[in-house]
Amino acid sequence: MVHMEYYLIVSTIMMFVGIYGFLTRRNLLAMLIAVELILNSVDINFVVFNRFLFPGQLEGFFFSLFAIGISAAETAVAIAIIINIYRNMKNIQVKNLDKMKW
Amino acid sequence: MDFSTILTYMYTEIALVGVIIAALLYDLIAGARGRKYFHGVICTLMLLFIAGTVWPYQQENASIFGGMFVYAPIYSIVKSVLAIGTLLVFLLSDSWLRKPDTEFKRGEFYVLTLSTLLGMDFMVSAGHFMMFFIGLELASVPMSCLVAFDKYKHNSAEAGAKYILSALFASGLMLYGISFFYGTTGTLYFEDMVPMINGSALQILAMVFFFTGLGFKISLVPFHLWTADTYEGAPTPVTSYLSVVSKAAAAFALMVVLIKVFAPMVEYWQTLLYIVIVLSITVANLFAIRQKNLKRFLAFSSISQAGYIMLAVISGTPYGMTSLVYYVLVYMVANLAAFGVITAVEQNSGKVNMEDYNGLYKTNPKLAIVMMLAIFSLAGIPPFAGFFSKFFIFAAAFEQGFHVLVFIALLNTIISLYYYMLVVKAMFITPNDSPIATFRSDNSTRLSLLLCLAGILILGLASSVFDGINLYAFGM
Repeated sequence: MVHMEYYLIVSTIMMFVGIYGFLTRRNLLAMLIAVELILNSVDINFVVFNRFLFPGQLEGFFFSLFAIGISAAETAVAIAIIINIYRNMKNIQVKNLDKMKW
Repeated sequence: MDFSTILTYMYTEIALVGVIIAALLYDLIAGARGRKYFHGVICTLMLLFIAGTVWPYQQENASIFGGMFVYAPIYSIVKSVLAIGTLLVFLLSDSWLRKPDTEFKRGEFYVLTLSTLLGMDFMVSAGHFMMFFIGLELASVPMSCLVAFDKYKHNSAEAGAKYILSALFASGLMLYGISFFYGTTGTLYFEDMVPMINGSALQILAMVFFFTGLGFKISLVPFHLWTADTYEGAPTPVTSYLSVVSKAAAAFALMVVLIKVFAPMVEYWQTLLYIVIVLSITVANLFAIRQKNLKRFLAFSSISQAGYIMLAVISGTPYGMTSLVYYVLVYMVANLAAFGVITAVEQNSGKVNMEDYNGLYKTNPKLAIVMMLAIFSLAGIPPFAGFFSKFFIFAAAFEQGFHVLVFIALLNTIISLYYYMLVVKAMFITPNDSPIATFRSDNSTRLSLLLCLAGILILGLASSVFDGINLYAFGM
């Protein structure tokens, strides 16, 4: 059986790749994908903790199901807003979102 | 448990869902002609809702759905404060919603705003981290739609993108924290979690991650970078809602979680809050001085006000709880009065910069006086309500031994006085050859400004308000 630590290593790497990507990508969709990585690493965490540490209950599984559903809703809204930006400016580069600063 | 128990303790949420469904159906059935009366209909509904739920019906704490949903009288009071704020925002948003490019989608505005209110209600009375998370997201996803509500304006779209991406990032970090709490305690119920919390290194890390999610909603300093841009770009009534109702709900929910769940780690989160408070108040004050746009200016002012609100949280006592609710109430009326004046001026002349306000007193004396009183209250000048609310907050923190912190906050109050007075100076003293022309704002804006003005003048002097809240702040 694969030990819990290996799953946690994967989820931690996903988490920090997500943070790095969010801070360095210059395209709104790429930033959104980076955030999705963070949310997915959380789901892995919940499921792994539930499966290995507390096998008698289902709380972690349920939480990850709800987290998946809610993050899908958030992503839909975010994509709608990005499409709106594309209609206004004909591209989705972050460097063009500089009308309001400081 | 049967339906009557649910009705006994969840009456606020059930009534609010009723209002939302009524608004949706009215939007569907009324058509273009009926939509002219939408404003009156929704304000009447909200008034009925507030009248029915303003005072807590049950006097004891209770939890239903196996502890997922917690009822306490003080939660009920917070919910009615939030509902009153929403009603005031509705009143002052009418002149904006009557414009041709928003006229046809005014129903969406009401439904989305009420959905965020429902999310905040659930967040405030959550007893389980899943409930808390769902409430937080229900409050922030429709909020991003509201921020991007002016579809054809570049600023609104830009603000919406900045808001939703930061919100997603913050909620991702918060969930990561919650997952470690689950891993170390094996439960997500607030009550069951308390005995399992021992302040181990992993739990401290988890608490810091969790704090990020709420710090984003309250816009405390390391997490405040979205605030000024979003406030500037969003439509002004949405900005006022964002700066008052959303912030108040998150601050209260943070206090409840810190006191109820993280009580065993009290010295750790007090250190964390100490740093965040000093940073929030100081940095926001310094940035507010150099702002030229009034909406950005009020954004930085609201960040520093959030720092003051956290002074009540750091005390962690029932007295701190009372002063938090009272501070939020007073801040709400003062900030909504300021935003009401900005909305009225923006709708009639399209100007939001501070130099446009030069000589406003000559042409629109009533608006200038309302703005002045609101700013006096925000700055904390006696005898207006803002002075008393600041006093209670400082007293709550001082009582718990945070003397240096209260001193820093006092120094910052003096700095804030300078930039608040810049607005008053622009309106009353600075001469201007072409001030904003005299105009008459519509009745609903006037009503909302009148209510806010009454709040600013009366809330501070009527001590029964503070005592009334204090009666319910027990058992925390």
